[in-house]
Amino acid sequence: MNLGLLAAVLTCLAGAVLLSGPVGAAPPEKETKVAKTVLTEQRRGRGAYLARLANCMGCHTAQGGHSYAGGRRLSTPFGTFITPNITPHEATGIGYWSEEDFWKAVHEGKSRDGRPLYPAFPYTEYTKITREDSDAIFAHLQTVEPVAQHNPPSQINFPYNFQPLLSVWRAIYFKPGVYQPEPGKSAEWNRGAYLVQGLGHCNACHSERNPLGAAGGETLGGGQIMGSNWYAPSLTSSLEAGSTGWPLEEIIQLLTTGVSARATMSGPMAEVVSQSLQHLSKEDARAMAIYLKSLPESIPRPSTAAPALNEEVRNGLLQGSKIYKKHCEDCHGASGQGAPGIYPPLAGNRAVIMDPPVNTIRSVLNGGYPPSTTGNPRPFGMPPFAQVLRDGEIALVLSYIRNAWGNRASLVTAAQVDKSREGIH
Amino acid sequence: MMAAVIAIAGPAYAGGVNRALAPVDVPDTMAERMKPCVACHGREDRMGRDAYYPRIAGKPEGYLFNQLRNFRDGHRYYRPMALLLANVTDRYLLEMAAYFAALEQPYPPPERVVSTLAEIKLAEKLINHGDTARKIPACIECHGKELMGTAPFVPGLLGLPRVYMSAQFGAWRNGGLMRGQTPDCMSEIAKLLTPEETNAVVAWLAAQPVRGKMDPADRLSIEMTKRCSSIIEQARLRP
Repeated sequence: MNLGLLAAVLTCLAGAVLLSGPVGAAPPEKETKVAKTVLTEQRRGRGAYLARLANCMGCHTAQGGHSYAGGRRLSTPFGTFITPNITPHEATGIGYWSEEDFWKAVHEGKSRDGRPLYPAFPYTEYTKITREDSDAIFAHLQTVEPVAQHNPPSQINFPYNFQPLLSVWRAIYFKPGVYQPEPGKSAEWNRGAYLVQGLGHCNACHSERNPLGAAGGETLGGGQIMGSNWYAPSLTSSLEAGSTGWPLEEIIQLLTTGVSARATMSGPMAEVVSQSLQHLSKEDARAMAIYLKSLPESIPRPSTAAPALNEEVRNGLLQGSKIYKKHCEDCHGASGQGAPGIYPPLAGNRAVIMDPPVNTIRSVLNGGYPPSTTGNPRPFGMPPFAQVLRDGEIALVLSYIRNAWGNRASLVTAAQVDKSREGIH
Repeated sequence: MMAAVIAIAGPAYAGGVNRALAPVDVPDTMAERMKPCVACHGREDRMGRDAYYPRIAGKPEGYLFNQLRNFRDGHRYYRPMALLLANVTDRYLLEMAAYFAALEQPYPPPERVVSTLAEIKLAEKLINHGDTARKIPACIECHGKELMGTAPFVPGLLGLPRVYMSAQFGAWRNGGLMRGQTPDCMSEIAKLLTPEETNAVVAWLAAQPVRGKMDPADRLSIEMTKRCSSIIEQARLRP
């Protein structure tokens, strides 16, 4: 029998017992009790796993704060959202919530009191989560350590703080509905689609937002991450982060370890790997990869053209090559060949020649380590150069890298480098 | 809201020109893994662009681990370190701390500092004797009788840039270098010192040549261990 279904049935029974109050109901027999405890445990375990995949902790934990106690600030053009405490603490968390309340939040984007929630909470994606999974996540959340932590209210700017506007937004952009398997596709593919579209809520970042904050662009077609100075590349373009041409094993490796021969996770995605994707079961990682690999190629977005190689440009590139030799060549090689899986090759590297260049600029400015994961616990890293090189020098060296060894892309300006210094993540 | 594949994708060299090139040879060592630190904390580039960065080689392991984790978690606020260490596990941070604690590097020559005789006397008094009436302990009580630190949590004070030490004193005075740390012994002490005293001590320390050794852990008095207990409590590995 389907364990989840059984668990759901038992939960309903438990609910009935509670409702009937202390006077009625004879004590359940011992065996049923044991079986129920085992099942409850299993469901909580499953809920813990699913909460990882949905990366609830990622947003509901402040830097260095208690897990799930909220307080993380998400700055967006609409104001600063401060994530709530979702530990089972009664006064400050969701201790009073029921499974039904939780389902309403995840599936319908409504708070316990019926207020519509702002889509900074990605219910536009989470709505695809099944009831069974939602209940399991809730069961898990009820077992985490309750933390008494009052978080300040979100500061939402006018006119977005005007609630009726949110209802209008929801009417236009939000359609609740659990993921429906596509007939004709394999069970694995459908599982992958469910994970990517629902729990993983990949589209929350990997798509262009319209001025009202709705994912207006093509699904998974890439976009600037709202409130974060990173570009989430398209998962449907072979020029960006599409994986159609990749062997399945390599996609799995990148998702679960954070590095592969031709790609390294950095910025917000390193955090996603660290907190969520590295915990994927073998089967789920494979399902996700199968789905991502199957995404049809989108029409390339217009990009800034590579410069004509006149004398002025050549001079700049020559200066850039000198900086490269001094600071980069040691790890990335004289021909940008790198050490695949350790130091990313720069020749033919999609992330390096991507438009906009913000991610590459940030990598040079801030450096960083790929996530330390079970599959790659002691990663090699990139030094930060913000302390060593000036904006103009970073612009020169990046312009060179983007136009050397067969690479061709627009030049990077000092102004772009300066602008890329903003943003925490 | 937090997802973006920053795929540094690369292989398939355009036109296959470089296909035959051998990858860069990367030694499988901690030294190689710690290259990102060397840009600022290394020997040659120790000064970086603004002569600020402290040496970390040879500092006590527990101290380095506490700093690394506090940087990562935003308790000790310094953006470049927070960005560098995001998504690094406690276990790897501990390995980093052990590596730098064991690293032997020649010390830089002392800074040339002009101090008056009165300033030198003031500094030496505070460093060796403190000020009992104001509950200011002598520096040597915790930082080692040769000011080279006390294993495993208390850092040495010699061989550090003067501007770095001044900045830390400023941070301690303004509400603590470590957020949410109680008791916060250095913050309490820094608040008791006058700006003249701080300047005199910092100038004196920066002008000393580095010699001597770190003190063993058992030299720390019970009273001071209590007063600074938070640095010991926070050093536990978290799962």
